[in-house]
Amino acid sequence: MLDYDELFSLDPYGLNAQDKSLLYRRWLRDLSEHHRKLCVPYDRLVRALGENPAIPVRLFKEYDLRSIAQDDVAKTMTSSGTTGQRVSKIYLDKQTSFRQSKALSRIVSSFTGKARMPMLIIDSSAVVKNRAMFSARGAGILGFSMLGRDCTYALDENMDLDIEAIESFCERHHGERVFLFGFTFMIWEHFFQALRRKGKKLEIDGVLIHGGGWKKLADQAVSNETFKRVARETCGVEEVYNYYGMVEQTGSIFMECECGHLHASVFSDVSIIDPTTMEPVASGRGLIRCTSLLPTSYPGHILLTEDEGEIVGVDDCPCGRKGTYFTVHGRMKGAEIRGCSDTYERR
Amino acid sequence: MSNIETYNTAFKDTLEVDDAMLGADLVYQSVENWDSVGHMQLIAALEDAFDIMLDTDDIIDFNSYEAGKAILSRYDVEL
Repeated sequence: MLDYDELFSLDPYGLNAQDKSLLYRRWLRDLSEHHRKLCVPYDRLVRALGENPAIPVRLFKEYDLRSIAQDDVAKTMTSSGTTGQRVSKIYLDKQTSFRQSKALSRIVSSFTGKARMPMLIIDSSAVVKNRAMFSARGAGILGFSMLGRDCTYALDENMDLDIEAIESFCERHHGERVFLFGFTFMIWEHFFQALRRKGKKLEIDGVLIHGGGWKKLADQAVSNETFKRVARETCGVEEVYNYYGMVEQTGSIFMECECGHLHASVFSDVSIIDPTTMEPVASGRGLIRCTSLLPTSYPGHILLTEDEGEIVGVDDCPCGRKGTYFTVHGRMKGAEIRGCSDTYERR
Repeated sequence: MSNIETYNTAFKDTLEVDDAMLGADLVYQSVENWDSVGHMQLIAALEDAFDIMLDTDDIIDFNSYEAGKAILSRYDVEL
């Protein structure tokens, strides 16, 4: 049971719906058994709600949900929250954390290639410098930085452009394909807009991957298309991929493909729930339910998010990747603000 | 400097450990500075010192002082 070597031997986007459903039936049965045995509150939830309940993400704020002994907690991840919000606490042991890194690497390298590219991080090094203040934002940066090399921060401590660092990075890697990473709003505000204000245009041949939520940009009526256009105009970057992910299921992120669809990989799955009946729906909008096969240290393998989304198709995306693909319409009305990009407040 | 000295120096400089701690007991997260931040600093120091580039999987698998030696041997760094 729970043979992760088997899981990691699979092509991250190679399983069709039928094979995936068989795989997931087996894995979810074993994961459920594992968490019921080791996490008493989870066992109670199953008794009350039935097999494989989707755990509302808010429960990780209210309760300490873990399936390992306190001594085995290697890292506690906290969600991004705006000031004054309670944060989720996600307990990781070494194995779960290791799997998260591995899954992220498998997923992202399907877009960037296996070779580690020079990496420009569109954030401030201050985010990871203060280890005590480590949050989902810092963890996101570090997780992705394993996929790059010569990791260089494009912003200074005040979130202003570090022109010197950027120019010297571009010089060092002239003619090479590079990897840019950051959170959606910070890239927009502190990189694209800052470059525009300075009248500066960069010529970067590379791939930009970003995530953390669109709320702040939706408020400014900035769409994904606009974001991509401005990436091209300010930095010359042609390949821009958004991702959808959350601290409760770190690693098994949903990447946007060349066709603009978010894809579930073998490590995760997605379905849409009608919030009035709590039943899955085949089409139309509803709450996004995310499944991840990675967590064994906390019972977060099936989560009910507060995001609204819609399935676009299964197995037949023109990009060639198998699996379910979908779009996210944003936060459900009345939901809390969360996400590294959406909760950002300049200090 | 011999390869093993270079290897040890990278650990000592980035993780702030002393000679006595270099050994089988030195594993990821066993000392305060070998966290995910320290890990990337250690990898960068080793890559610079030996002029190599590790695969992402090897960075993830590099979870102890001893495991690191086996990984580097695949990059023709004999310790």
